[in-house]
Amino acid sequence: MNEQRLSNLTLLSPAVLFLAAFILAPLLLMLYVSVLERGPFGGVVWGSHTGIAYQKLLYERDLLGRLSFNSDYIAIFARSCRLAAMTTLITFLIALPTALYMSTLSRKQAACILFLVTIPFWTNLLVRNFAWILILRGGGVLDTFMQWTGWVTQPLDILYTPLATGIGLTYSFLPFMILPIYVALERIDPSVIEAAFDLGANRLRVLQRVVLPLAMPGIVGGAILVFVPCLGAYVSPELLGGGKSLMIGNLVQAQFGASRNWPFGAALGIVLVLALLLVMAMAALANQHKKRVSR
Amino acid sequence: MNGVAIDFARVSKTYPGASQPALDGISLSIRQNEFFTLLGPSGCGKTTLLRMIGGFDHPDSGDITLSGIKIGRTQAHLRRVNTVFQSYALFPHMTVAQNIGFGLEMLNHSRGAVRQRVDEVMGLLRLDGLGDRYAEQLSGGQQQRVALGRALAPKPEVLLLDEPLSALDLKLRKAMQVELKRLQGQTGITFVFVTHDQDEALAMSDRIAVMQSGVIRQVGRPDEIYERPADLFVAEFIGDANFLEGTCCARSGADGEFQLDGQGDQAPRITVDNVGHVAVGQKAVLMIRPERVRVVAGAGAALTGRVFETIYSGSSRMVHAKLPNGTLLRARLDGLPESGALTDEVGFYMDSAALTAFVR
Amino acid sequence: MSRHKLLRSRINATVAALAILFLYLPIVTLVVLSFNDNDLTTIWTTVSVKWYLAVLQNGDILRATKNSLMVACAATFFATCMATLAALGMVRISRGPRVLLEGLLGLPLLVPEIVTAVALLILFVLIGFPLGLTSVTVAHTVFCIPFAYYPIKSRLAALDQSLLEAASDLYASPRRRFFRVELPLLSSGICAGALLAFISSLGDFVITYFVAGPGATTLPIYIFGLIRLGVTPEVNALSAIFLFASIVMISIAFVLLQSISEQKKPRGAA
Repeated sequence: MNEQRLSNLTLLSPAVLFLAAFILAPLLLMLYVSVLERGPFGGVVWGSHTGIAYQKLLYERDLLGRLSFNSDYIAIFARSCRLAAMTTLITFLIALPTALYMSTLSRKQAACILFLVTIPFWTNLLVRNFAWILILRGGGVLDTFMQWTGWVTQPLDILYTPLATGIGLTYSFLPFMILPIYVALERIDPSVIEAAFDLGANRLRVLQRVVLPLAMPGIVGGAILVFVPCLGAYVSPELLGGGKSLMIGNLVQAQFGASRNWPFGAALGIVLVLALLLVMAMAALANQHKKRVSR
Repeated sequence: MNGVAIDFARVSKTYPGASQPALDGISLSIRQNEFFTLLGPSGCGKTTLLRMIGGFDHPDSGDITLSGIKIGRTQAHLRRVNTVFQSYALFPHMTVAQNIGFGLEMLNHSRGAVRQRVDEVMGLLRLDGLGDRYAEQLSGGQQQRVALGRALAPKPEVLLLDEPLSALDLKLRKAMQVELKRLQGQTGITFVFVTHDQDEALAMSDRIAVMQSGVIRQVGRPDEIYERPADLFVAEFIGDANFLEGTCCARSGADGEFQLDGQGDQAPRITVDNVGHVAVGQKAVLMIRPERVRVVAGAGAALTGRVFETIYSGSSRMVHAKLPNGTLLRARLDGLPESGALTDEVGFYMDSAALTAFVR
Repeated sequence: MSRHKLLRSRINATVAALAILFLYLPIVTLVVLSFNDNDLTTIWTTVSVKWYLAVLQNGDILRATKNSLMVACAATFFATCMATLAALGMVRISRGPRVLLEGLLGLPLLVPEIVTAVALLILFVLIGFPLGLTSVTVAHTVFCIPFAYYPIKSRLAALDQSLLEAASDLYASPRRRFFRVELPLLSSGICAGALLAFISSLGDFVITYFVAGPGATTLPIYIFGLIRLGVTPEVNALSAIFLFASIVMISIAFVLLQSISEQKKPRGAA
């Protein structure tokens, strides 16, 4: 039996060791860097520990060294949360009917639609957001179309606004919401729904009281898959948002680029990880609650 | 007398988490060149026992010997034993010919030798011309024969068959039963066959081991098992049987006389040959097969009953009757139409040699 | 099979149609405009492929493409090997440790890309690893492993154990059994996994952006640079080519994945 265990370890070790070295260790390292002092030319001063990076999230020092509350970064967090939440909500409102429709199709037809929905996910994110630039910019497709139909007379000013970022995010993450909900709907026993109709419920009631609760794990999964990456998104706000709608992702990138404040960038990364853990904990709690209630 | 091919010596196995052992001290000898069947209801341990011969499972205690050599923990690929799996387990990425030749290839036979043997086996099993097909292109019966051919090609010492006919329809099944029997005789390989179908076991086997809940109830030839079941379980499991509750009222030599329950002193007395250790006053169950029960004219018969049903099934009729004490008795008569239907009240005659007594 | 026919609703169908429209509108727009002869990409003149020709002749683009392909091939190779071994080893691990290990394997997909990017950059700088195509390859391997792992694991789970028993029964040593039976049967999963890893490596931007050094420009980085400079027709054409290649590859992977899920269904009695 020991040779069995040994061979298991040998098989698993390449992947496990590689990932431990190149994702676990870096994350821990990032945590450590967030409490270091920032180096004069970027980078860090190893061995010099300080909580300044975290302090910077909320406070700033003026030239006289006095601390004062700084709401800039809070604003960015708030915007990121708002956009992520809006995106999650909107993708949900689009994804649920779509997934419901897919579940009424034959297996082959549903696989077709699934395929159609998944393709955009696998094409390059940059390219997809670039397409929206073409559409949303002044003189772009949307503008030209609107002016041609006469619905608006002045050029629309959508690009480089939070709205544009929101559109880009919704577009990027819609498949992430459709897939888990569809999978969850598939798992529901059709006879349960039939029984609900038999008992006199109309479609809305069935949806509300039977389908939605049973599909909840998928909905929660989709929400996590959309909210968390949205929070840390970089491409959409960078290409479509312009300077007016910075999100956490842009902020992080700046710390490793122009601003050269690595500990602060690391601290922001830790904030994102904490957000992820928080969301997952909430989902786990919701799951536990559901299990207790359904007993 | 054939030598011993496989010997089990007090083999036991309990699966972790199970409340009862899968095999409980099994001791069994399977002879060379015999068609041996492990028969029993699901969960009795017959498949476990089979898998232990093949090396897919190992006993917790006890020894298994193959042709004199202990094979307890030898790995499966080192045993000269081949298996026909219930699901056939044909390799989907290989052709029929490649499947059949796989074992020989693993034994490092030359390419020419492999091809020759594969052709031979395909001819033996009427698979000619199918060599280049893939498993999914074949019918169920053809797949079954490929599985058989694949296992026979390396000329193993023992061939294990795990309910190989269960997926076939009735007609095909009966045909394959005959074919398997023929193959076994022709090749001289020891066959160990697992089934839960007792008709199949009776038809094909040289000897049968009837199993229940991890123990062997009886080992013997089909006629021995059928005519002289060792206990109530075997009697009930194999074939049709009538069971009459009674008490022993007299002994004379090996024979005994029994009075049926439920009728007091007026109850008819039945003589049974070879009752073993039944003592006077002991309760017993008498068993007789329906085809040994004879119907005689109602008046003057020792045992009478009221007929309530006659089921016709082409080659025979089954008469269902109720005895005065409420017991059901079934008699199987030939299918020839009698002159007139059976009357209500009939008499039964049971030969003392056709009855077996079991102590409760 | 009932398949929720009772939930049929015109609203759902309409939303679904609009959703699909929404998903494909930008893609179609991009492709259509890339054939525009005019410089100002949204004013239509005549159909022309001149931008495509320009792209194919651009040295920088070809270099970036070559870099992308090299990184993708290397990352896919290493990731698929590690993922295959991990899937094989994971089968025999008990439930508790398995949850943890599979959590580790899925971690790159769970953590937001920008966090992974920052963390890797910090690591490379700390250990003095030069930033270049090698650092990019290592970074890509990290997220390629889970992409490769799931299809392989799926295929392995659907593998009929009795096939492996049959191989052993027919005198195949464990080594021969692995190469002659197990691996061929896993091949569709391995191919699908490799394809998914390859596609995600080709298309990755955020992580690459952080850990690439000078001279390690991949195609997405090049495209990003172009977009930053302004909307140009070359970007259109390049994007369209990229799109087409991705679609072809994901279609193949999809077909493979479908065949794996078909095998999971129990075979009817012969």
